[in-house]
Amino acid sequence: MTEERGRDWGATRRRLLQAAGAGSALVLAGCLGGDGPAENDSNGSGDGNGTGDGGGSGGDAAIGDDELVLATTTSTDDTGLLNAINPAFQDAFGITINVVAKGTGASIETARAGDADCILVHARGAEDEFVSDGVGLNRRDVMFNDFVVVGPEDDPAGINGATSATEAFATIAEQEATFFSRGDDSGTNKKELIVWEEAGVEPSGSWYRETGQGMGDTLNTANQSGGYTLSDRGTYLSMQDNVDLVVHVQGPLKDGPAILRNPYGVIPVNPAVHDNVNYQAAMAYVGYLTSPEGQSAIENYTANGSQLFFPNALSEEPQFGQYVPEDYDGSSEAREVARFRHWVDTVVPEDF
Amino acid sequence: MIQAGIFEEFGTQYLISIVLVTLQVSLTAVGISTLLSVFLAGVLGFNEFPGKRWAVAVVNTGMGFPSVVVGLAVLLVLSQQGPVGGGFSVVLPGGGVLFDFDGVELLFTPTAMVVSQVILATPVITSVTLSAIEGVDDAIRDAAFAAGGTSVDVSLAVVREARYGVVTAVLAGFGRAVSEVGSVLIVGGNIAIATGGGMRVSYTRTLTTAITTESRQGNYELGIALGVVLLVLALTINVLGSVVRDRGTAR
Repeated sequence: MTEERGRDWGATRRRLLQAAGAGSALVLAGCLGGDGPAENDSNGSGDGNGTGDGGGSGGDAAIGDDELVLATTTSTDDTGLLNAINPAFQDAFGITINVVAKGTGASIETARAGDADCILVHARGAEDEFVSDGVGLNRRDVMFNDFVVVGPEDDPAGINGATSATEAFATIAEQEATFFSRGDDSGTNKKELIVWEEAGVEPSGSWYRETGQGMGDTLNTANQSGGYTLSDRGTYLSMQDNVDLVVHVQGPLKDGPAILRNPYGVIPVNPAVHDNVNYQAAMAYVGYLTSPEGQSAIENYTANGSQLFFPNALSEEPQFGQYVPEDYDGSSEAREVARFRHWVDTVVPEDF
Repeated sequence: MIQAGIFEEFGTQYLISIVLVTLQVSLTAVGISTLLSVFLAGVLGFNEFPGKRWAVAVVNTGMGFPSVVVGLAVLLVLSQQGPVGGGFSVVLPGGGVLFDFDGVELLFTPTAMVVSQVILATPVITSVTLSAIEGVDDAIRDAAFAAGGTSVDVSLAVVREARYGVVTAVLAGFGRAVSEVGSVLIVGGNIAIATGGGMRVSYTRTLTTAITTESRQGNYELGIALGVVLLVLALTINVLGSVVRDRGTAR
């Protein structure tokens, strides 16, 4: 174990040195006005180059290049989930996962730009749009938990025990009790805005404050200022030790309203749109997350004694809905014919 | 005092990896910046040309570049949508391709962080070096010139005389680079790689971005402890710097 870690670390250091070297070379080339062709070996320059690939135990041939950039929400990273489940994948495939945790909206934007290979996010509407636009494909359900409305223990707005999230939100607005919004286009932020909309309230005023930061920051801010906020249960549970906030409205995991459901999906980036992405590694990662091994790793992950995420990828029943946008209906025969014509037109050479 | 055990859960190896990434990135950046800056300061300090005052003003303004803006600019350039990340080609009017660059993936790597820190540190080092060079007594220049030196010899003599100031400049540049959080967060991505058993090693996570991450999770004590490590690091480098400097003046 220690030895293996030592090796990993050695590989990391080598890679850093290499990258730093490449960096200086690049900058110097730039300053000399040289047009150094740089390395264009398909993917990734400053990394392992085969010598120290993965450094892990499995040692199978690397898939694509040996790095996977995973853009994800802060909740999967802040809770420590990825830290717990990723190493098994890295060891098995010799692929290093670079986790960039920045919220669902920002993750999708990063992937749209081709700067990530795969996303793990939680906002079905935005995911559907991402897939509809052709940038993402092969979406799979991975796991779920729920959102909870948390606030100070003395509950100034008197929403404790409400069975309707929309009513609780409406009460908060009516009382003008301080409410902290993520305000960062994250999955949680999108969900919060959906709840406001359902509640028929357009939140505004000095009681409604946007932090523009991650879930952890926002929970801390709400804690310091005695405000309410909407949090995913996972991040709230993992931070329970650090904050005095209590749950006032439960999510569907504890008989709360269904609107507070929080499903997570994983989506690789379409290599036909961005040919630089490490699609094979992304698919391998999807395979791992949705495999019995990955699913049980998710199930077994706990913080403060509570399970944070509930795996839902394994099912004997067909679940077509997870692959395509929720409003998609591609089953008509005319569509099938039209699609096949399109393939013939675009793929088959004219002189075939 | 910090308790010795505060980093235990955090992982000593993880901490060391963060410190190494921090040093690696900042020192590389400052090294490159120093080369650039001495050259730039030389050009500005030993030559008279139209627009010189304007150029100096630009360099001095550069000292105040907001790091997040630099980070954003570097992100746009290194992204797949930008010229470095996505590649570009120069096409001749006749239709021939003069130059074709495939693009190289640098975003979310330490290299990207080096690039942004070079941009941040160079104006600082250039500006301080320039004032050091300008502060050298004209008699030195005259003496070097009178001794039959070429203009390069004269420049070298002046730079050697100004070495005290150059070291100060390098230290100022290092301070700017190592304490900066805005740009490395954007272009580096604050990546730590999980290695199993709850252990992590930093890939692009520096001390400053690690502090952001910890305070985001409410681990303020750990954040402060990391801050102390950063201060100690900066202090050590500065002490080393002044040792070098004092030797320089003693001779």
